[in-house]
Amino acid sequence: MEPTASMTSSILSWTIFLPLAGVVVLAAMKNAQVRSVKIVGCTASVVTFAVSLFLWFGYDAAAGGFQFVERVAWISSLNISYHVGIDGLSLLLILLTTVLTPLALIGTWNSITNRVRDYTIMILVLEVAMVGVFAALDLFLFYVFWEAMLIPMVFIIGMWGGQDRVYAAVKFFLYTLVGSLLMLVAILALGYAASQMPGGQFTTNLLDLYAVGPRLASSIQLWMFLAFALSFAIKVPVFPLHTWLPDAHVQAPTAGSVLLAGVLLKMGTFGFMRYCLPLFPEAALRAMPYVATLAVISIVYGALVAMVQTDIKKLVAYSSVSHLGFVMLGIFSMTEEGMQGAMIQMVNHGLSTGALFLLVGMVYDRTHTRTIDDYGGLAKVMPVFAAAFLFISLSSIGLPGLNGFVGEFLVLLGAFRSTALHSTAYAAIAATGVILSAVYMLWMYQRVMLGPTRESGKYGGNYVFDIGRREIGVLVAIAVLVVWIGVYPASLLTKSAGTARNLIHMMDQMQRGQMPRYAESPIELLPGTAR
Amino acid sequence: MVPIPYYLVLSAAMFMIGAVGVLTRRNAIIVFMSIELMLNSVNLTLVAFSVATGTITGQVLVFFVMTVAAAEAAVGLAIIIALYRRKQTVNLDEINILKW
Amino acid sequence: MPMISNAPLIVLFPLAGFLLIGLLGWKYRNELVIGIVGSGVIFLSFATAVGVLFEMASLPEEARRSTVQLFPWIGTFTGTSGSLGVSVGYQFDQLSILMTLIVTGVGFLIHVYSIGYMHGDKGYWRFFTYLNLFIFAMLNLVLADNFVLMFFGWEGVGLCSYLLIGFWYEKTFTGDAAKKAFIVNRIGDFGFLLGMFLIMRTFDSLSFTSVMSSASVMPTGTPVMFWIALLLFVGATGKSAQIPLFVWLPDAMAGPTPVSALIHAATMVTAGVYMVARCAPLYALAPDVLMIVAIVGAATAVFAATIGLVQNDIKKVLAYSTISQLGYMFLAMGVAAFSAGIFHVMTHAFFKALLFLGSGAVIHGMHDEQDIQKMGGLKKYLPVTYATFVVGAIAIAGIPPFAGFFSKDEILWNAFSSELGSPVLWTVGALGAVLTAFYMSRLVILTFHGKERFDHHHVHPHEAPKTMTVPLVVLAGLSFVGGWLGVPASWGLGNVVEDWLNPVFEPARHKLMLAEHESHAAEFTLMTISVVLAASGIYAAWRWYVQHTDVPDRIAGKFARTYRILLNKYYVDEAYDAVVVRPTQTASDKFLWKGVDVIIIDGAVNGTAKVIAIAAQTVRRVQTGVAQSYAMVIVAGIVAVIAALLFI
Repeated sequence: MEPTASMTSSILSWTIFLPLAGVVVLAAMKNAQVRSVKIVGCTASVVTFAVSLFLWFGYDAAAGGFQFVERVAWISSLNISYHVGIDGLSLLLILLTTVLTPLALIGTWNSITNRVRDYTIMILVLEVAMVGVFAALDLFLFYVFWEAMLIPMVFIIGMWGGQDRVYAAVKFFLYTLVGSLLMLVAILALGYAASQMPGGQFTTNLLDLYAVGPRLASSIQLWMFLAFALSFAIKVPVFPLHTWLPDAHVQAPTAGSVLLAGVLLKMGTFGFMRYCLPLFPEAALRAMPYVATLAVISIVYGALVAMVQTDIKKLVAYSSVSHLGFVMLGIFSMTEEGMQGAMIQMVNHGLSTGALFLLVGMVYDRTHTRTIDDYGGLAKVMPVFAAAFLFISLSSIGLPGLNGFVGEFLVLLGAFRSTALHSTAYAAIAATGVILSAVYMLWMYQRVMLGPTRESGKYGGNYVFDIGRREIGVLVAIAVLVVWIGVYPASLLTKSAGTARNLIHMMDQMQRGQMPRYAESPIELLPGTAR
Repeated sequence: MVPIPYYLVLSAAMFMIGAVGVLTRRNAIIVFMSIELMLNSVNLTLVAFSVATGTITGQVLVFFVMTVAAAEAAVGLAIIIALYRRKQTVNLDEINILKW
Repeated sequence: MPMISNAPLIVLFPLAGFLLIGLLGWKYRNELVIGIVGSGVIFLSFATAVGVLFEMASLPEEARRSTVQLFPWIGTFTGTSGSLGVSVGYQFDQLSILMTLIVTGVGFLIHVYSIGYMHGDKGYWRFFTYLNLFIFAMLNLVLADNFVLMFFGWEGVGLCSYLLIGFWYEKTFTGDAAKKAFIVNRIGDFGFLLGMFLIMRTFDSLSFTSVMSSASVMPTGTPVMFWIALLLFVGATGKSAQIPLFVWLPDAMAGPTPVSALIHAATMVTAGVYMVARCAPLYALAPDVLMIVAIVGAATAVFAATIGLVQNDIKKVLAYSTISQLGYMFLAMGVAAFSAGIFHVMTHAFFKALLFLGSGAVIHGMHDEQDIQKMGGLKKYLPVTYATFVVGAIAIAGIPPFAGFFSKDEILWNAFSSELGSPVLWTVGALGAVLTAFYMSRLVILTFHGKERFDHHHVHPHEAPKTMTVPLVVLAGLSFVGGWLGVPASWGLGNVVEDWLNPVFEPARHKLMLAEHESHAAEFTLMTISVVLAASGIYAAWRWYVQHTDVPDRIAGKFARTYRILLNKYYVDEAYDAVVVRPTQTASDKFLWKGVDVIIIDGAVNGTAKVIAIAAQTVRRVQTGVAQSYAMVIVAGIVAVIAALLFI
């Protein structure tokens, strides 16, 4: 996985750090200047999106590999550098981030009323961290971005959230931190392992470590894999590490939920594909049946629990657990179909669930209630909203022709065809998620939208009115993407094909025992566990 | 010339008196004076060694210590006065907000 | 080939209509324009399909099949051989073009009918949007050249069904019915999906062409073929409302009547039959599954017919009749009489669409009354509707020379004579035929004859407008002559439909090594028996509902228990609710969510936090807050360190 040296411009760094320009401007403003603050925030994120389009059109899918690579020495004594670059997977997720951030800001234009400037700053900082995570090619840099993402998110939940916001923020913070600290240990251990290789030195450069990790003794690989995997699995979240998610989602303000579901969860699955699998392929193969089992449990469990929720946001949150289970299953099917499906499913989930949270936020702004039983017959008073909601729901339950189907189909097919999984039961059980998703989404839709309207005409004590142009505009933008991916997914899948191919190639080599290995354990990191 | 051990014994004695004063006395002013005593015992040691070894470093250090002590005295007394204004006492047993 | 290359237009016209009406209709609510555009695009599709048909007919038999690829759709795009690569492409052969003609032809008539039926509804534009979308999806289902695109159409028609059943969303039960339809269909789709995966695993392809050609060289009766065929059939039972997934169709009658005619009678529900026919080469490799198909079909045919005997909602009767007729089609598939099944799809589309539209005209004329106990004597108020309705009823009852006779009889004959068939299947089928003749006559009599049981002060029955009656007349004509395309071979005339479809099903029948049975005597005998049976069914209805109107009540009283079971549809809904729905819900709520999630997992998480908090509470007592005590500890520490340095 050598970087192609063709693209040397600094467009990627611009994409990462451009939102900071907005932050600088905002720092000079006051919270009271609500309107101009919002305009600056949106402008910054829209310009970032525009810049990221250069990445989209500049990425040479045929060449594959890491492109737009930049490397600047940072802590030279430890071989730590500012090293960024993107492949197909990062490209998709960076675009997802830069698309969702402005949409989240515009979609929740009037939702936040206190400390608007601070809020906008937090969102922009969050965007920097998110894009950085996807672009980093140095584990230390990655870790910095990974942790940096935590800070604005905790504030967004803790300061602008709902009733139990502090509980949710702390829970989110601690959950994530537990995992990431173990990951830090593993990163250091991996760097140290590199230094123990013949002629090696301490490094956190991912591309160098790709040559180190797979050669470690299997027991050590397994421990490191687990350390990384725990951190990522919490983020995904995989059952049974998911309980922070419903709380965080319910309490977070709308834009927070959108970015949390849309982008942050993908950091976990992204981590599996970028770090866990290529760094520790042998351990990944050993862990495969267990992770796949957890993924299948997540799919079914998330769907069943979503079905009985009384709070719309919680329902969507649990549906995320189910959808991300598909992504995990795809990754750990170790097939091209599964990997490709997983990657496109990440984008799909970002769009559909992001849109669902936006929609819930829109109606919450009007009614101030999230309880399903407080609704009914909304389709009559908010017809455009109801149509948009149905459309996004259909995308979420994987109706062919819309985006969700492409991912689910590829993932399930991959899992079904997977020779490494040894059983079609994974796919068969996971496919029940297709039924269950229809059950919980349509049931919720029926209870909220259909049937007779409330006799009082009020919802949550408020009269409601249909969504306006700004909101429609945001939803139309997402809808266009939803249809586009559903009808012509090739435009995305060709970009990510290289990533899938590389991973599969690597796993194949591993399984056939062609991976060059050092004769015996090169290091004794954990005394007594090395072979 | 007085031999070094004499200075050291005196200095150690002053230091212990100061330390015991810091640990046992309850009046903030006296504790404060005990701290000064400890500082000066160190100064004495520094000067003594400076003379004995014929180098100037120790004496330079003493000037630093005295400067710091002066600053500390100013700040410390200010804190004590602020505390007294707030709590109407300089009894250290009653000043126990440094917990939990 | 000028027509064939333009053939994708068949699919694109309805899409254009959908987009046009969907994007502009809400703003310009001109009923006339919307109606004309909505119906017009379907007519254009129909006309194109006719063009394609003629061109196809002009070609030699083996050159009639062609495919048109549009653009790549779902795949891995990694360039590895054997990985998935599905494109949007359409296949035109004898079977798909016939189905296309049925869909667009009957679809067009129903569109025209809807112009009148939906007049004045504020969701008028929405209705036509959905209808056009439906035709678009249905054509994708029919014309797809691979399983995935077929699945797109499959789910797409399911969505339209959902939207149209729930069209009047302000009523509570429409939402329930719509949701039920979608979810039950999804259960079937689950089977379809797994079937597709298994096909991909076995054949490394999902395109019909390559799967079917690989299948032709595979051995018969392998387990994997059994599962493929069975899983696909599960999908078919969902879409075509067969046992055990039929429960959604009767509820689906909550939608507007044209929808019931188009989706839940003529086209969508036959998709399962079409799929089995399309996959005939696969089913030929799994004779066991064919037997299951035949049994399920026959069982459904009788089962639904018995329920139809006692229903009082005009549309419910027709709904159960549809389920029953679909059972016949599956019976045909099960005995490998594929062309007979498709022939019945066609005739059924004619007469069932006619019956539903007729019932719509009745409901329209009766101010939304659907209970036949509150009708009667409508003959003189709705003469056109009555005449056409009777044609439809005779056709479905199987009286020659009406359409239903030919197709149903061919199925029954095959059920009896095919090597896969048996006299038992024939008997069951014939029993269904009696019941059909009976309940259809009962429906006609109770609706149109006898005393006028409606309230004259509030209800003033009137004939429907021209836009509604013209389609009725056309369909009545088709129900009359439509069967002549498939006159039994024993009558010495050509069976046009069978000859046309033969090349498509030949490989499958060849694989099953089915010989043509030419026993005219037996065929005539059975034919006569079934006609007599149908006639006796009609006679019984006439006797009980016209002459001795007290008989039905007496029977109902005598067999009260049976009657109640039938009236309540064998309590299937209630059983599903008690066995599947409610336990799942309770388990998810009480056990998974409030148990596993809240108590166990969150309990562990919050418990950890609590343990740490308690430990900290205890330890924090050490902090007295008095600086001197801290200093004391420091000194003690220093002393200890010095002591350690000195003495150890």
